[in-house]
Amino acid sequence: MPRCRVAITGLGVISALGRNSGEFWNSISQGISGIGPIELIDRTQLRFQNAAEVHGYRTEDYFAADRISLLDRFCEFGLIAAQEAIRASGIEWTPELRERTAIVTGTATGGQTTEDVAFWDLYRLQRSRVNPLSIAKVMANAVASHISMEYGITGPAFTLSTACSSSNHAIGHAFWMVREGLAALAVTGGSEAPLSFANLKAWEAMRVVSPDTCRPFSKNRTGMILGEGGGMLVLEPWDAARARGAKIFGEIVGFGMSADAHHITSPSSEGAARAVKSALGDAGLPPEMIGYINAHGTGTPANDSTETAVIRSVFGKHADKLAISSTKSMHGHALGAAGAIEAIATVLGLQDGILPPTANYAEPDPECDLDVIPNIPRAAVCEYALSNSFAFGGLNAVLAFRRPVS
Amino acid sequence: MSDDVAEKVIAAIAKMKRIPPKTITLDSSLEELKIDSLDGLNLFFDLEEAFDINIPDEGAKTMRSVRQVVEGLQQLIANKGASNPGTPGQS
Repeated sequence: MPRCRVAITGLGVISALGRNSGEFWNSISQGISGIGPIELIDRTQLRFQNAAEVHGYRTEDYFAADRISLLDRFCEFGLIAAQEAIRASGIEWTPELRERTAIVTGTATGGQTTEDVAFWDLYRLQRSRVNPLSIAKVMANAVASHISMEYGITGPAFTLSTACSSSNHAIGHAFWMVREGLAALAVTGGSEAPLSFANLKAWEAMRVVSPDTCRPFSKNRTGMILGEGGGMLVLEPWDAARARGAKIFGEIVGFGMSADAHHITSPSSEGAARAVKSALGDAGLPPEMIGYINAHGTGTPANDSTETAVIRSVFGKHADKLAISSTKSMHGHALGAAGAIEAIATVLGLQDGILPPTANYAEPDPECDLDVIPNIPRAAVCEYALSNSFAFGGLNAVLAFRRPVS
Repeated sequence: MSDDVAEKVIAAIAKMKRIPPKTITLDSSLEELKIDSLDGLNLFFDLEEAFDINIPDEGAKTMRSVRQVVEGLQQLIANKGASNPGTPGQS
């Protein structure tokens, strides 16, 4: 079967910036940050105080009582995003389509909130047993399984976990499956809910979280800010989407990945550069065609200078013509959901001709001397964009997008 | 007190890097001792446990030599009790 173009016909997101893609884009396109004090847990025993939390979220607003006991917070975020994406796609399910639809989801730590509760019960409260649904709530594939059950999707369904690259790896594989004719439709993205006490203490011990906010590429940056949420896309062959009159939000045109084989936490510019080149090669695009990059841009001293070196090494002189931003400055670093949330920011930016800014930017850094769209969103029509994810463990995944052009 | 802190810091580094303590001096830089970012995290974790203190992120970033680690710890130990070590935002 010949390769086909892959259209994005549905998208959904829940994050600190809102409960759906409209609210999300309203914030992103104005450069409004969702970073603020953590309310989900008692933060008095933490060195850092802020995160990008989905404030005021109540499970019962979204799920029936009999279902709530089956779902961890990360799974709920994945499902809410998938429901919006599938609704937006307007897809009409048939038995044949259900069998030929793939689900590929990503998460870094799955239902660790549920695990935290179970361990508290056992070790702290000295209980002799834990919630019997703990295993089913914790498992990383819970999102893929619940999407399949909710919509009766019976095709290939699986979950990828590569820390902060999880969603990009998931979307990339779903993209390849649709492009190569292995699936007629795909629901893909990722979700994460990392704001449990033990997990936040573990991040505190890594000394990479900012005491105040996330200032990517700014000389006075002091680290990352954790975020939570979910993002999902619906992918299908371009011609099939056109034939059924679906709204096309954008197109995925390439995917590349690599491993640094270098260090478990320190990034390598060579490894990340190979992933960027691989995505361009997969898309058949010369570097000069790219207009915007949604950076990994965590706001740590090491990532942002290394990522600048990566972009300079791949793009040469064209690096000075590129617009680059880190939307993590607004929705935080949502780890296994990051790639999916950033894919949606990128696709909506290309579609609307508004490039999201890097919020909280204060001071130029000679080691990050790129056009990082400081603080103010920019009206610009770009045809092609990249979205980078470079994970702990040195696993890199880069997606290439095109604005919807027939 | 200062000798005791220096001794414990050198012992912790020697154990972590599996090198004889006598090869470590107060003037050794952490870089010379091949202590990378992850080793640094582990070292500060061990020292926090050993002295029952909390090393703020900003303080950790300025500790580039054995002497700076020892002096930083002495300061934190002296301050211990004067303020709650778990006070948020201390960095």
